[in-house]
Amino acid sequence: MSAAEQAQRAKTTRNAWLLVIPALVVLMAAAIGPLVLVLIYSFLTPGDYGNVVWSFSLDGWQKVVVERDIFDDSLHLAEAHLTIFWRSVSLSLVTTILSFFAGFPTAWFIATRPANQRAFWLFLITLPFWTNLLIRTFAINQIIRNEGLLNTILLHLGVISAPLQMTYTEGALLIGMVYVYLPLMVLPLYASLERFDLRLLEAAYDLYASRWQVLMRVVLPIARPGIVAGSILVFVPCLGAYVTPRILGGGKLMMLGNFIELQFGQGRNWPLGAAISIVLLVIVMAALLVYVRAINGEKRDG
Amino acid sequence: MAKPRAFHVADLPGVGPTALFVFAGLYAPILTLVIYSFNAAPSVATWDGFTFDWYVKAWNNDAVMNAAANSLIVATLAAILSTGLATLAALGTTRRPAFFGITAIYAAINQPLMVPEIVTAVALLIVVAAIKAATGYAGLGYLVVAHTAFCIPFAYLPIRARLEGMDLTLETAAADLYASPWQSFRFVTLPQLAPGILAGWMLAFVTSLDDVVITEFIKSPGQDTLPTYMLGQLRRAMTPDINALSAALLGLTLVLLSGFFLLSRRKS
Amino acid sequence: MAAPVISARNLVKAFGTGDFAVRALDTVSLDIQQGEFFTLLGPSGCGKTTLLRLFAGFEMPSAGTILLDGQDVTVLPPNRRPINTVFQSYALFPHLTVAENVGFALKMQGKPRAEIDETVAKMLALVRLEAMAGRKITQLSGGQQQRVALARALAPHPKVLLLDEPLSALDLKLRKEMQIELKRLQHETGITFIFVTHDQEEALTMSDRIAVMSAGKVQQVGTPKEIYTHPINRFVAAFIGETNFLDAVGETGGARLTTGDLIPVEGVLHGPVTVAIRPEQLRLVAPATAGAIAATVRDLVYFGTDTHCHMALVDGTALTARLQSPASGDIGLSIGDRVGVLPMPGAAQMLRD
Repeated sequence: MSAAEQAQRAKTTRNAWLLVIPALVVLMAAAIGPLVLVLIYSFLTPGDYGNVVWSFSLDGWQKVVVERDIFDDSLHLAEAHLTIFWRSVSLSLVTTILSFFAGFPTAWFIATRPANQRAFWLFLITLPFWTNLLIRTFAINQIIRNEGLLNTILLHLGVISAPLQMTYTEGALLIGMVYVYLPLMVLPLYASLERFDLRLLEAAYDLYASRWQVLMRVVLPIARPGIVAGSILVFVPCLGAYVTPRILGGGKLMMLGNFIELQFGQGRNWPLGAAISIVLLVIVMAALLVYVRAINGEKRDG
Repeated sequence: MAKPRAFHVADLPGVGPTALFVFAGLYAPILTLVIYSFNAAPSVATWDGFTFDWYVKAWNNDAVMNAAANSLIVATLAAILSTGLATLAALGTTRRPAFFGITAIYAAINQPLMVPEIVTAVALLIVVAAIKAATGYAGLGYLVVAHTAFCIPFAYLPIRARLEGMDLTLETAAADLYASPWQSFRFVTLPQLAPGILAGWMLAFVTSLDDVVITEFIKSPGQDTLPTYMLGQLRRAMTPDINALSAALLGLTLVLLSGFFLLSRRKS
Repeated sequence: MAAPVISARNLVKAFGTGDFAVRALDTVSLDIQQGEFFTLLGPSGCGKTTLLRLFAGFEMPSAGTILLDGQDVTVLPPNRRPINTVFQSYALFPHLTVAENVGFALKMQGKPRAEIDETVAKMLALVRLEAMAGRKITQLSGGQQQRVALARALAPHPKVLLLDEPLSALDLKLRKEMQIELKRLQHETGITFIFVTHDQEEALTMSDRIAVMSAGKVQQVGTPKEIYTHPINRFVAAFIGETNFLDAVGETGGARLTTGDLIPVEGVLHGPVTVAIRPEQLRLVAPATAGAIAATVRDLVYFGTDTHCHMALVDGTALTARLQSPASGDIGLSIGDRVGVLPMPGAAQMLRD
C-alpha cells in the first residue's frame, strides 16, 4: 500500500470514530456505564432507608436464593423468590408459544396477500406495536376486569351470574402479555415469509407432498430464522415485563421486573434488587447469544 | 352438491380465520377504550350517551396539563438530540470499509434494545440518586439524557436504512464537480437523507412519549410525564378521564406513525 | 509533438494485501494529447475503469504518478482536479432539477449567479435540452439523462472529460445517435475525452487513438487503423474484430503452415509463430490456383451482407473466410466443396504470442 492509500484509509477510519463518538458518550453515560454500577451495588450492604452502604457484602446475592429465618437464624430456600423466578420464566415461555401459534398464521396471511395490500396489513400490526404499552395494557384491562366489557356482556346474556375473576390471575398476565407482545412475533415471521418463493410450494405439491407435509417440511424450515427471532423478541421483554404484571397482576402476582422494583422501593434492599437485575440481564444475554448463533448457523448453511 | 374448492398453493387450513381473529383481537380493546372515552357514564357497564366531558375534565386538570407539558418537552428534546447523534453515528458506520471496533459500536448503539428496560431503569436510578445527592439538581435534565440514550437505536435504524439505500456514486459525482467534503454533505447527502432523519425523529419521539418504566424510576417527586401520571392514577381506579388521555395519546401516536410510514414508502 | 495534457507514469493499483493482493493496474504508462478522443478498450476487469478512477482522483494509486499539464496531481482530491466524469450510471442528483444539476459544479466553485445561469443555458443548448431545464431528473428518459450528465460534466469546462462506459445503458439505436452526438460535442468544445468501453466497434468508430488493455496492462496504443491492421499480439488481434489464428514456423520469405503451405508475410520472425488473418482478407479461388491453400468447405453461415465460410485445411486446421453475399444471396458453394484460399497481399500478420 502506498503512503497516499494508507493516509486515505486512516482518514476514513478516523472520521468514522469522530462521527460515532458523541452517540457513544451518551450511551456510555446513560445506558451502558450505569450497568456496571448495578453489578457493583449487588456486592454492597443495603442502607437502612434504601440506597447502599459502601462495604462489601454477599448478602444481596445470597438472598436471591436463600432466606434467613428471623427467629432461629437458620437458612432455607427463599420460596417466594423462586416462585417469582419460576412464574417469570414459565409465563414468558408460554407467552412465546401462544404468540407463535397466533402469530404464524397472521404472518402467513399477510405474506400471501397481493403485494400492494401487504403494506396495509403490516401497518395494522405495526400500529399497536408502537402504541403506548401502558395504554394497551389499560385497554385489555378494560375488557377483562370484573366490571369490564367481557363480564358485562356475559352477565347481560345470562351466561354467568357473577363476574368471572380474570384479573389478578396468571391467566390475565398471559392474555395481557400475548396481547402486548404479539406484534414482535409477527414482524420477524413476516420478514422471513415475505421472501418465501411460492413456487417452492408448487414444487412440493407437484412432488406429492400433502398440506401438512408442505407445512412441516418446507414452510417451517424456511421460516426458521423468523421463528427464532420472533421467539427471542417476545421472550426477552416478557421476562423483564414490569407494566403488564403490575396492572393485571395487581401487585400480588409479581414477575421479576416488579420484584426488582420492590427491592428498590419499599423493600429497601438495593443490593438484592441489583443482584436480581444482573441475573435477569444474564438470562437475556444468554437468550440473545442463542439467537445470534442460530442466525449465524443459518448463514453458514445458506 | 358441494362445489370442490379451488386449490391454491398458498392456502393453509385455518390461516385466514386465525389471522382475522388476531387482527380483531388486537384492535377490539383499543377501539373499546376510544369509544368509552366518549361515554357519559363513568363505567363500561353502561352507555349513557356521547360526551366530550372526560376530555374537558382532563384538559382542565392542572396535574394532567403539567404531565403533558413534561412529556412533550422531554420527548421533543430527546428526539432532537438522539436523532442528531444517530445521524452522525449512521454516517460513521455506513458506506465505508469495515474497521476495527465496528461490531462493538453496533452493540453499543443497539444496547438499549437488548437490555431489559427494568434493568436500565434501576441502573439509572443508582446514577441519578448519586448525582441528585451530590448536586441537588432535580430538573427534567435526567429524563432528557436518559430518553436520548434509549431513543438512539430507534432514530438510528431508519437513518441507516436510508443511507444504505443511497447511491454512493452521487457523492463521488459531487466531489468530481468540485464540491468540498462539507459541500458534498450539505448539498447532496443531507437533502437525500432528510426523509430518513425525519422518520428517525418521529420514531424517537414516539418512543420517548411512550416510556413508562425508566421515567418512573428516575423522575423527581411530583415530576410526572403522561404515562407515569396515568400509571399513578391507576393505583386507585380506572377513571374515564384516563381513558380520554389514553385516546388522545393514541391519536398523537397514530398521526406520527402514519407520517413515518408515508415518509418511508416515498423512498421506494 | 506538443506536451501531453494528461500522463500516467508507471501506475500500479493493487486491491487487497499480501497473498490476496490483486493488481488491477500493473505499471501503466500513457500520454494523452490535448484535444484527443482517446479510448480505453478492454474486457471487463482489464483495469480500464480503475485507470479512469485514478485519473479522476476517486482512488489513490499504489505506486506511480499522474501528471496533468506536467503537474503532479497524483494525490490531489477529485474536487481540486479540473477533470470531470460522466458516470456509467449517470449519478445525476435526484433531488435537483436539470438546470441545478448542470450548474452544480459552478455553484460549488462559488461562481456568480448570472454566470451560472448563462453557462447552464449554453450547456443545455449544446445538448439540445433547453426545454427541460426545470424538469426533475426522474421525469427524463435514459437518453435525456445521458445528455444532462454530459452537460453537467462539461459545464465547468474541464481540461479532461472522463466517460465511463456512458452508452452501455442505452438501446442500440440511441447508442448510435449518442456516438455521433459525443463526437460532435468533443469537436465543438475541443476538450480532451477519455472514453472507456468494452465495445470494440464503438472504440473503432469514435476514437482518435485507442489503448487496448488486458489484465491490468496496456497491450497496444494506436489509431483505430493501426490497432485493427497491425495488432501487436494475439490478445489484441482476437479482441478487435474476428481473426483466424494459424500455427506456423517463421522463415525467410514468410510463414510455413502446419500443412506445409508458405504464406508470404512482411517483417520476418524466425521460429514458431502465430499467423493472424482477418476473414474478410481471404479470397476463395479454384483448388489448383498457384499459391492457394487447399481447403474443404465445412459449413456456410448466411449473415445478410456477407456469408461466413468455415473451412478445414488438409491437416484439419479450421479457417474462416467472410465473403460478400451477391445479389442473389447464393455464393455458389456447398458443404464438401474443395476450394483454394488466397490471402490478400499484406493481410497476414506474424505474431510471436
